[in-house]
Amino acid sequence: MEELQPIEALPRSGNKIKFVIGGVIIVAAIVYLIASSLSANVQYFLTVEETLEKQLVGELAGRNIRVSGAVLGDSIEYNMDTLDLKFTIAHVPADNNLLEQEGGLAGALHNAVIDSQRSHLDVIYNGPVPDLLQNEAQAIITGEVLDNGTIMADEILLKCPTKYEGSVPDQIELEG
Amino acid sequence: MVADIGFGSLIITLIVSIYGIGAAVTGEVEKKKAYILSAQQAMRLVFPLLTISIISLLYLMVSDQFEVAYVSEVSSRSMPVYLKVTALWGGQAGSLLFWSWLLAGFTSAVTLRKWDRDQDLIPWVIAVSLATLAFFIVLNVFFENPFNRIWQTPGGFVTAFSRPSGGIQIFPSDGSGLNALLRHPGMIIHPPMQYLGFVSFTIPYAFAMASLIKGRTDDRWIRITRPWTLWAWLFLSMGLILGARWAYDVLGWGGYWGWDPVEIAALMPWLSGTAYLHAVLIQEKRGMFKQLTMVLIILTHNLVMIGTFLTRTGFLSSVHSFAQSTIGPIFLAFIALTLISSLGLLIYRWNTLKSRQEMTSFFSKEALIIIAVVLLLGMLVTSFWGVMFPKISELVTGQKVTVGPPFYERVAAPILGGLLIIMVICPLAVWSYASFKHLGRLLWKPFIVSLAGIALPLYAGMTLWPAVIAFWLVAFVMAVNANEFIRRTRIRRKDQKESWWSAFIKVFKRNRRAYSAMIIHIGVVMMALGIIGIEFFQSETQGTIPEGGSLNLASYTMVFEKLDVFDTPDARNVARAVVTVNKDGKVIDELNPRRDFYYDSGQPMTIPGVRSTLVDDFYVILVDWKVVSAEGATFKVYHNPLVKWLWIGAWVFILGVVVATWPDKKTKLVPANSRISVRT
Repeated sequence: MEELQPIEALPRSGNKIKFVIGGVIIVAAIVYLIASSLSANVQYFLTVEETLEKQLVGELAGRNIRVSGAVLGDSIEYNMDTLDLKFTIAHVPADNNLLEQEGGLAGALHNAVIDSQRSHLDVIYNGPVPDLLQNEAQAIITGEVLDNGTIMADEILLKCPTKYEGSVPDQIELEG
Repeated sequence: MVADIGFGSLIITLIVSIYGIGAAVTGEVEKKKAYILSAQQAMRLVFPLLTISIISLLYLMVSDQFEVAYVSEVSSRSMPVYLKVTALWGGQAGSLLFWSWLLAGFTSAVTLRKWDRDQDLIPWVIAVSLATLAFFIVLNVFFENPFNRIWQTPGGFVTAFSRPSGGIQIFPSDGSGLNALLRHPGMIIHPPMQYLGFVSFTIPYAFAMASLIKGRTDDRWIRITRPWTLWAWLFLSMGLILGARWAYDVLGWGGYWGWDPVEIAALMPWLSGTAYLHAVLIQEKRGMFKQLTMVLIILTHNLVMIGTFLTRTGFLSSVHSFAQSTIGPIFLAFIALTLISSLGLLIYRWNTLKSRQEMTSFFSKEALIIIAVVLLLGMLVTSFWGVMFPKISELVTGQKVTVGPPFYERVAAPILGGLLIIMVICPLAVWSYASFKHLGRLLWKPFIVSLAGIALPLYAGMTLWPAVIAFWLVAFVMAVNANEFIRRTRIRRKDQKESWWSAFIKVFKRNRRAYSAMIIHIGVVMMALGIIGIEFFQSETQGTIPEGGSLNLASYTMVFEKLDVFDTPDARNVARAVVTVNKDGKVIDELNPRRDFYYDSGQPMTIPGVRSTLVDDFYVILVDWKVVSAEGATFKVYHNPLVKWLWIGAWVFILGVVVATWPDKKTKLVPANSRISVRT
């Protein structure tokens, strides 16, 4: 029955405007949605040095941030009963040129860990120990910096550069 | 030796591809049929040629030839053979070669079709697809050669194909092995599906370009490439779904999607591809929006390239990204070239693609589809902006920022809601002239049924209003689609005096496209149900408990029975816990969450134990343990309501796409004006 719709007279002029307005409303709603969600959810992505600087001048109060640094293997402490995890990350430059000078990410992480002059940031976290948490891993911490200068992590992302950089394997044997 | 064969074959493929482009264009310009035929032969050859390269690399992998740098990077002696094979796409160089091989498969397959009345498109289809292929082979030959060997030179280790001056070849005794996270059966199927989806959009794109170059304004290119597009879409969808499933099964954070840049890079072409498939419907039925379909296919193809660029050049960092690589500049140049040339062509032909038809009603099918397309593109812009904003912010203000999952989720939720509303109305809407009254007449019955979708969750004590709305929408879409199935079957049964079953089958066969769309949409809605369940209602707990101890979550109690630690023949150390899941004091299931430690790569991998039912998933992760102690082990437990519907919906979705894609047995060429329009 419904394929036999009475054909209305072709509405010509003025009709287009209706659709333009409708389209504009939808697009505007989406743009508003994106803009408002973005401003509410942008986080600083900082190095350890930048975090400490900003923290000193109180710029980070109440803000969720992301910090990237190199994990100091000796600093990892874990309490299995309370699931409290503590470790320290060392400053790794974010600039690609500086990274290249240090021999890529793997080199930069290594240098960061052995250089005691680097600035350090203590991380606390409650939950399971991430699989890849080990010395010289790159940690990307999301969380809030507390007044005492440690960061309370909500999330810890880890990368072990040797697995991603395709470097020549350690166990090479010379032949011939 | 085998590496020489592989690399040689790769170079020959490059030469053949470039020859093919030249012959096709020359033949077209100088009107010489023989050249075009020769170009066709060249295109037919690329697949067998690259197959030789692929087999060579596979041989090197399986036979543990670690003197080849790529093999030593991604493989090791202790890996089972299936992983050695899948390691083919476990790193940058190998996956690029695999990519080219799949693309070559598609381009060669195109030459096999009957060309009959589309002769004029051939040269340009050849030129465009071979140019894309040639680009990827160039990446392999000059930047990321999977056949490179390892050399020691005075300046350190070098990887190169032939001996650098003063170089001594190195023969490592073992490789460093595949990244532990990739050692999973998911590795067999997820990356190939994803890549298939990516590369197969090249074919519709090539036809679209050929059509633009020739100035054809009909929708012939769309009809020719319809199966290709649907297959591409199927592969891409399966890639995404399998990736989500893999993450859920292995990564052990209880989730399936993390808005990681690489996931987004894979989602973007899917969004534009989905928008394209829908816009095409309007062009076919009403001859409208020809410019839009062109924009969308160009966008889709370029988003594949852009996504690949973003994730393979170190431009973005993510769990999926490959090593920093030198292919960035050339990749960017190629994207710029394709984008500028295709958009230039489109602008040149813009006016010829104009349509005389106009939109007439907000409630017509075409208007609703356009709204859906706009919503999909809105999600696309969101994804793109979320990925790019940090880079732009860094350039403009020098401040590094990141955009996390909450941003995407906040935008995605209303957009998904909007799409669900359209899925409710669209199957009932008619083309061109539609009125609200007419729609209302068809909607009220399913609407009443759908109220159960509010009543049930409210009765179950659900108070989260977005979830209640979402449940209602899900029920509404289901009711509308089910109602349509029943209504059409009943009409046919009455008219033809047939049984319910035979009427159903006949109606289905007559309108396979419409019905496959309904199946797909029902699948999407089921997936939405799963997503709502896990996003709104996931709960978790964690704790360290001794053997015999227990943890409570939702209405379940988990009891830790025992823990075994042992080595396996494939060089893993496994810690495997036995836990029972109890409800109302009764044991209902036994789970084995475990942790595998890979000796060769030095990486652990966490594998959860999951009890999955239609109502909820009980998901247990073994976090830590002490071998001989009363302290026991630490577990993290998630309760994920309804998440199984995500996977069931995915299968229904895939079934729908397969039904749509299944080749017709009947005649191939149906003149456009004698098509039988879909009865609604």
